[in-house]
Amino acid sequence: MAGDINKRIVDDLVANGIEFVTTVPCKQLGGVIAELETRNDILHVPCNKEDEGMGLCAGAFMGGKKPCIIMQNTALGVTFNTLATLIQFYQIPLPMLISFRGELGERIACQVEMAIHTKPLLAELNIPTYHFHHPDQVEEFGDILAYTQMCAKPTAILTDAMFWSRAQ
Amino acid sequence: MIRSEVIKSIIPVITDELVVCNIGLPSQELFMFDDQPTNFYMLGTMGLCSSIGLGLALSQPSKVIAIDGDGSILTNLGTLPTIANNVADNFVLLIIDNGSYGSTGDQPTYAGKKTSLAEVSNACGCENVVECQAEETADVLKDALASNKMTIIVCKCQSGNIPVGVIDIAPVSIRDRFMAEVKRRAGA
Repeated sequence: MAGDINKRIVDDLVANGIEFVTTVPCKQLGGVIAELETRNDILHVPCNKEDEGMGLCAGAFMGGKKPCIIMQNTALGVTFNTLATLIQFYQIPLPMLISFRGELGERIACQVEMAIHTKPLLAELNIPTYHFHHPDQVEEFGDILAYTQMCAKPTAILTDAMFWSRAQ
Repeated sequence: MIRSEVIKSIIPVITDELVVCNIGLPSQELFMFDDQPTNFYMLGTMGLCSSIGLGLALSQPSKVIAIDGDGSILTNLGTLPTIANNVADNFVLLIIDNGSYGSTGDQPTYAGKKTSLAEVSNACGCENVVECQAEETADVLKDALASNKMTIIVCKCQSGNIPVGVIDIAPVSIRDRFMAEVKRRAGA
């Protein structure tokens, strides 16, 4: 099932015209990142930091490719300026597929410290936010990608440990 | 030469390339000297000029010049390994290195002290790195564009600023006219 869900997520990216994906490494999203590497219709450009990745995505969008960033919620804070002054200011549609560390199923206490701020920070930026807790919620992923393009905003898809463990 | 003079000197070299220009005074100077729909002005987001430029170069075939600064590169130093490992031969990164954070009042950067951005670029794996003096920049840029090889240019110049106005175009308008130009080329 885990392999299936990784494939399903990348299939949805392709079906919704996403051609440029940048990633920061993550254990939970490792299967998705590995699946990306097998696809010829997506350019995968790993980045070193999430705000850098958003810059790459902005450039890709202006070059005609729909982008997506894959990252952890722990880095949300460092992207605040970029989300406000680049992605939102220039109205760039950007789905953010985010590993929601620090939620139920987390084993590292420090991750919780950022988890409790994640939704309030996203709400503060008025970013449409979706929380995947059960594997069947992946059914909405394609709709969220289409919605992101329609409204030309950043959107956050938070995927927690229970989502991934139940998909095993 | 100061940065504004370097920017003025390269305008005749820029023909049909797409330009991504760094936040603050560099964008305001380019806007004042030679506003074009092919210019993308950064109105915010310190540090991401090179990243936007690389993403753009990797996503369409036209040549892209990112006019960046030493302070901006230092803010986003992780950009150099990303550039080195994702080669786009239609990409020129021009780092105007005046050794200072010009837009905030010319506070010194480490690039004006012990840190060599050309050596950092080389160490990151960038293959065509040219350090030049301000007066040579136009010729070096011309050669880089003709080479059809991804090139990093580190232009050493003096710090200093000239009075400029703000960019009075809405961000979405800057984006729309820039993307219309990209789309026009794709259809040409």
